[in-house]
Amino acid sequence: MGLIFAALSGNVTVILQFDTHMDTTFPRLLALHASQRPGDAALREKEYGIWQTLNWADLFIAVRQMAHVFARDGMQRGDHVVIIGANRPNLYASMLAVQVLGGIPVPLYQDAAATEYVFPIHNAEVRFAVVENQEQVDKLLEIHADCPSLARIYYDDPRGLRHYPPTLLSHLQQVLREGAALVAQQPEFVHTQIEKGQADDVAAMFFTSGTTGTAKGVVHTHRSLLDRAKAGADFDRLTHREEVLAYLPPAWIGQNIFSYAQWLCCGYVVNCPESAETVTIDLKEVGPTYYFAPPRVFEGLLTQVMIRMEDASAIKRRMFKYFMDIAREHGPRRMDGQSIGLWPSVLYGLGNGLVYGPLRNNLGLSRVRVAYTAGEAIGPDLFSFYRSIGINLKQLYGSTETAVFVCLQPDNQAYADTVGVPCNGVEIKVAENGEILVKSAGLLKGYYKNPEATAEVLSADGWYKTNDAGFIDSRGHLKIIDRVKDVGRIQGGVHDGAMFAPKYVENKLKFFPFIKEAVAYGDGRERVCVMLNIDFDAVGNWAERRNLPYAGYTDLAQKPEVYQLLLECVEKVNADLSADTLLAGSQISRFLVLHKELDADDGELTRTNKVRRGYIADKYAVLVEALYAGRSEQHIETAVKFEDGRTGSVSATLTLSDAKVFAPVGQAA
Amino acid sequence: MSKQIGDVILNVQNISLSFGGVKALADISFDVREHEIRAIIGPNGAGKSSMLNCINGVYTPQQGQITFRGQTFSHMDSHQVAVMGVARTFQNLALFKGMSVLDNIMTGRNLRMKSNLFWQALRLGPAEREEIEHRKRVEEIIDFLEIQPYRKTPVGQLPYGLQKRVDLGRALALEPQVLLLDEPMAGMNVEEKQDMCRFILDVNDEFGTTVVLIEHDMGVVMDISDRVVVLDYGKKIGDGTPDDVRNNPEVISAYLGTGH
Repeated sequence: MGLIFAALSGNVTVILQFDTHMDTTFPRLLALHASQRPGDAALREKEYGIWQTLNWADLFIAVRQMAHVFARDGMQRGDHVVIIGANRPNLYASMLAVQVLGGIPVPLYQDAAATEYVFPIHNAEVRFAVVENQEQVDKLLEIHADCPSLARIYYDDPRGLRHYPPTLLSHLQQVLREGAALVAQQPEFVHTQIEKGQADDVAAMFFTSGTTGTAKGVVHTHRSLLDRAKAGADFDRLTHREEVLAYLPPAWIGQNIFSYAQWLCCGYVVNCPESAETVTIDLKEVGPTYYFAPPRVFEGLLTQVMIRMEDASAIKRRMFKYFMDIAREHGPRRMDGQSIGLWPSVLYGLGNGLVYGPLRNNLGLSRVRVAYTAGEAIGPDLFSFYRSIGINLKQLYGSTETAVFVCLQPDNQAYADTVGVPCNGVEIKVAENGEILVKSAGLLKGYYKNPEATAEVLSADGWYKTNDAGFIDSRGHLKIIDRVKDVGRIQGGVHDGAMFAPKYVENKLKFFPFIKEAVAYGDGRERVCVMLNIDFDAVGNWAERRNLPYAGYTDLAQKPEVYQLLLECVEKVNADLSADTLLAGSQISRFLVLHKELDADDGELTRTNKVRRGYIADKYAVLVEALYAGRSEQHIETAVKFEDGRTGSVSATLTLSDAKVFAPVGQAA
Repeated sequence: MSKQIGDVILNVQNISLSFGGVKALADISFDVREHEIRAIIGPNGAGKSSMLNCINGVYTPQQGQITFRGQTFSHMDSHQVAVMGVARTFQNLALFKGMSVLDNIMTGRNLRMKSNLFWQALRLGPAEREEIEHRKRVEEIIDFLEIQPYRKTPVGQLPYGLQKRVDLGRALALEPQVLLLDEPMAGMNVEEKQDMCRFILDVNDEFGTTVVLIEHDMGVVMDISDRVVVLDYGKKIGDGTPDDVRNNPEVISAYLGTGH
């Protein structure tokens, strides 16, 4: 480990140089970039309408100043520090500063309610918090009585905070100023701190959203995060020239890997959008080369395109339709690197100039080299739409516990129904009950202060139980069916004993643009019933085009025409399921459309927008009962929580509808 | 909150205004102190907008005078009012619907532009430098009002609540010392009202701007105002802190009526 001196922005600064092998830490990587390529862009943030760039040298200086002040304020090795806010350069710098001191950043979801922070803060005995703005400060002050350990809150955006008592609060801008003075007094301090940090030290902790029960803190070391970051980067040959837009919550490990671990690993540029609402505009301006989005974002983009196309002139509409048909036929194969023949190539080339290129540009995806989607199953139509217009969209498989990268799809083998091949350093095996087991250097160290839960998922010989049921298909790709515990059995009736995979059914429903959420029940029952949420934009637009007046969400959801529309979707799913011998019993016999949107604030979805089936079954027990009792109508009253924390109630009388089920294709013969 | 309310900045004395036989305002007097939020409330047709129009110079009162920063006027000239640092928003938005949010707010900088039409048209030399300066200020307002996503959107395409926000933005572009808001919350839903309240409080807090606002939503007014004037049929029937006004029997009968 050699030491070099470099001149940075006029100040003579000691910079460390470390070996690039994997025995490194995040602060060492920062020091490496700052010494080797100080003038290159590290972070960009759009402010006042202009993209402001922070280079690696400036970032290092900021991190160093913050580390000095944090240390002065009493932060010690092993301290957990809560980070709450959107992707902001100062919050990234603060995470690095915490890691410099051997502390452990614990990013939390910025849209969570104040009470949701109590558990993590207690659990990890948090004394320091770095937050984005007044909203987060208010939430922490609200729970301060319950969390007396919290001694200092640093905030980035001072707006509205001027009159707050300073006993507990520090402005990060002030921290940087004070830090500058401290750096001059102790120029060697940060250097020695960075040298103390080892690869096997804990680097960060992520609280899992918890589809079941309380949140658990997933502990990762520098080694585990960086090992996976590097495996992913090698797989897609990422370089320091990539551009990434960081717009998902930093508390989610995916965002953390893409815009923090891989950012420091590869040294590319991370761009922070101006605000959550400007993401689509910022996407166009940045033109990322490496892009990640959950399926719902891709779906939202496609819905927007389709709605806008319907408003386009007749010529444009026909051109769009003609070339999209060509893309659908030849695009995916072309993307997989297969030859499509001369004439189709010519047509595709023409379409590329007239439709696909402008469309990619409009989506802000024209420079994308690698795009990933994960978190949930993606609809085959949706998936191939993006690939057909020349966007290299792929799927990956992983979780918080595996530091994301387990399986990835190679560039020319992207299938809608699989999640790819195991990447470097990953071993996979399938247990007796169909559960996928994973072994890699990226596995969690354990759940924080929860050895029982750790023992449940991590075997003594180092296998991690993913809780996902699936298998490796003939092409060597991993295919996931459902959560192991959710795979149930139909009891009684013609399909007695048949497998019931609720998520599989729900996903098939959600692939229709009109259906936003679906919750399926059927385990231990004779038939499968589902509750649906309409997609307000798509169904609203559909209704407007048919001159169907509606007063709002609840009214639209209960229109007989909408039921007819959804019935067609349900029956298509049934026809599809009947073709699958394993899952023919999962066909839907009855459904209803909910009067309100399922919402994370009401506890119906997790913060990552996954349905909490058990909770919903309890909350809407009358509806489930009515579905199975065969009633055609049911009145329901529901408590709702508004975004400002107040509560109210919504009531409605819901229609329940039957759907046609098909005889299994196999049996008919 | 530790904001410092200063001396009287605007003093309205014995204003009377009538249109033909209709007495819109009868002998109204009140004062506005620096850095405070002063509300004028009253039922429909109470004369609230007429009062604002007198201060703003749109109407000329038949009697009375207005003292602003020590200068006394019997008639306010609307251009001069703007130059003195009084900006206003309108009850029925008066924005340029076909122009972008950015351009609309930029029009609020008009008074502060020094280069002449010729240089502005050519966008050369000093005009360009000046425009950059103004654009910076406009961007700060856009950031302040959180309307970044709509910077380039024509105002006519925005929902009503956002148009109101743009209207406020244009008034702020003048960097006013006194901001007159004519029913800033009219026609808004609860959430939009809350947002607007927060922006008004923030303007008052961050820039120290004195705010005079008209509103007939009592709840909103009582929450954010320092002092309230109550008008009813052109007469002043109450003046004081929100609590004083709330307990004033005359105000209660004007609002709740007698036998609704």
